[in-house]
Amino acid sequence: MVKQTTRILARVFVGIMLLIMYAPILLLMVFSFTEAKVIGSWTGFSLDLYPDLFRNTEIVTAVVNTVVVALSSAAVSTVLGTVGAIGIHYSGRRMKTALEGVSQIPIMNAEIVTALSLTILFVYFGVRFNFLTLLIGHVVLTLPFVVLSINPKLQQMDPNIYEAALDLGARPAHALRRIILPEIMPGIFSGFLLSVTLSLDDYIITAFTRDTSFATLSTYVYGVTSKKGTLPPTLRALTTLIFLVALLLLILMNLRGKKREEGTR
Amino acid sequence: MESRASPVGVQGAIFCFGVMNVEKENVIIELVGVTNRYNDTVAVDNFNFYVKKGEFVSFLGPSGCGKTTTLRMIAGFEHPTEGKILLNGKDIADLPPYERPVNTVFQKYALFPHLDVYDNVAFGLKLKRIPYETTDRDGNKVTKYRKLTKKEISKKVTEALKIVDLEEFEWRDITTLSGGQQQRIAIARAIVNEPQILLLDEPLGALDLKMRKEMQIELKEMHRKLGITFIYVTHDQEEALTMSDTIVVMKDGQIQQIGTPEDIYNEPKNAFVADFIGESNLYEGTYMGNRKVRFLNHIFDCVDDFPANEKVNVVVRPEDVKFAEVGKGMIDGVLTEKVFKGIHYEYTMMVGRNEVTIQSTRSMETGVPVSVNIAPDLIHIMKKTIVSNVYDDAYIDNDNRVIIAGGAFDCDVTQLVPGSSLDEEGYVIAPDGKKYDFKDADVLVDVSLSDIEIIDNEEDGVVCGKIVSMIYLGNHYQVLIRTEDDEDFVADTEYTWNEFDRVSVRIPAEKIRMTLRGEVSKYVKD
Repeated sequence: MVKQTTRILARVFVGIMLLIMYAPILLLMVFSFTEAKVIGSWTGFSLDLYPDLFRNTEIVTAVVNTVVVALSSAAVSTVLGTVGAIGIHYSGRRMKTALEGVSQIPIMNAEIVTALSLTILFVYFGVRFNFLTLLIGHVVLTLPFVVLSINPKLQQMDPNIYEAALDLGARPAHALRRIILPEIMPGIFSGFLLSVTLSLDDYIITAFTRDTSFATLSTYVYGVTSKKGTLPPTLRALTTLIFLVALLLLILMNLRGKKREEGTR
Repeated sequence: MESRASPVGVQGAIFCFGVMNVEKENVIIELVGVTNRYNDTVAVDNFNFYVKKGEFVSFLGPSGCGKTTTLRMIAGFEHPTEGKILLNGKDIADLPPYERPVNTVFQKYALFPHLDVYDNVAFGLKLKRIPYETTDRDGNKVTKYRKLTKKEISKKVTEALKIVDLEEFEWRDITTLSGGQQQRIAIARAIVNEPQILLLDEPLGALDLKMRKEMQIELKEMHRKLGITFIYVTHDQEEALTMSDTIVVMKDGQIQQIGTPEDIYNEPKNAFVADFIGESNLYEGTYMGNRKVRFLNHIFDCVDDFPANEKVNVVVRPEDVKFAEVGKGMIDGVLTEKVFKGIHYEYTMMVGRNEVTIQSTRSMETGVPVSVNIAPDLIHIMKKTIVSNVYDDAYIDNDNRVIIAGGAFDCDVTQLVPGSSLDEEGYVIAPDGKKYDFKDADVLVDVSLSDIEIIDNEEDGVVCGKIVSMIYLGNHYQVLIRTEDDEDFVADTEYTWNEFDRVSVRIPAEKIRMTLRGEVSKYVKD
């Protein structure tokens, strides 16, 4: 009897947790199907917000900008992070511990500190804020996460396979390309995805390192809400779409992971 | 085997091997003065030996003896700090692994998991360039290099897989193979390149006993068929004895003995080799002269020759101790233990306080008196390796203690001046009234093996260290304790310890024998 009560209580608890977590998003999603100016008043079902969204050139530009920044910074981070992780892995024991620590400090560091220090650095060297400074900012943000996701793959790898490749006549570059890279590819892939997601929703570093005429989604939303004080209705449709895209990505990644697991079995 | 290595210098237990200039044309690889140092630890210390073409050579020794480091230097993964590695007479010490005509079979296979069996085996072949002759535009003959064709590669892969009995496995995923199958693929991947030398780093270590035995026979067969030189690293003495033409026994980065399996088993050079290879009864004895040796309280006839009255180590293999009629053998004792081993029984006989292990097919009762004989040619006598602990860098501190191996031991400084005594200030007063201050005096310290006390509590002794080896000598153990500063204490003890135990060492003050280095007059205090 007691057992059953605790089980029910546990379920209720989980339910409340999930409700707290998802209520805001659900609310937004529901109200993305009505044209009401403020949330709370339901003025009838309507899909008009969605076409409105794509007619708003400012929003479309912001979306394109965000995607461009996310993909290009993730690409740069992935290349640098892969090279870096491999370099750290094959360093001497003492060097390795030191480098591993140093490369992970930015993860713990407050983002505002990173953003401010980047700004000061650019100003100090007289660099004008442009796309490149923004790109550098996002690379700084995402690089440690790429290293973090590749590192375990390198550690799981049989330490002798690189030597085995050399032993069979492969030069170091060939061994790296044909043996090491395929082995750590899942880590590289998840590092890339992680970079994309981190860059997509970043506000602080973006706000500090961008050219002010260059808007990403986060800076656009923030700009609009702070100017007008209220949430423009189209943003409800936008956030709903972003959430659905993220959900889709998550499902895809999980399916991929499952497939790989079955493959190895 | 002809003598391939001759001792050029003997310092205590350390043997150096020089190489004789015989049959050099048959030599495929030679190590000359090869030393490998990492920070302060010497992994390989001055190795000199050669391997002949087509030979099956094993590096045998406990972990940390330098066998794998030596193999890795031949493969090119590590470089000697000093010395030369000559392959067909040319120094390859600085050649990268991908330019050496040697291939390695790794301990944990090191197969490429993302490639299938075929691509694993073909990996080296796809990188290979073979020379061919052609004529250029001016009609001159030139040598060019080309890749192997797909057909050639496929043929070689199939042949290699046939050698390891896995013909039908080309398209299998590596992860779907058993350990034994993966091991075979690793061998196929190496031999398909037709290396001049095949290096095998404990390749059977991860397999179960039955599989290991099968693979031993197959590897030996492969060696015979292929005619390639095999260099095999193992810590399993039985494996080395079964498979090798020549065994190199190593310990602590030093070569202990090089020889055929028969040589090493029948004529071990020192107590370590005797104890490590096969089962053996090891005793301390005295050579009486005239081919007579005394051990187990009996004087035996023997065939070895040593200076008279020299302390020696004696080895007798358990199967060489033969039961005799009770009361009519060389030595009498009581059987205390009997274990059935399948082919034979293994007995423990007590002769006084000494144990004798005997292997015999005869079934005997335990607890009754027996007599045994040992034939003269089956008693193997070796120079006794360590007679006492000698420290030549010891000195006295200001509390009249002696510093040995970084530890301050209480000692009797009055022994430095005959008939002297200590005054209350700690000065040594000679019978003639002279006052000596031995602070910072350099002394030579000598401590008997039996005077070193081993204590399992690290705090209770003067110096801490790790037990690095333990050899049973009939009625006691000889234990080697090494401190962090690489100083050794060798102790005789009745108690069993474990290798790698951390222990501490104590020496009774009156057991530390000291000799002053330099003139005693230097220390007179006025």
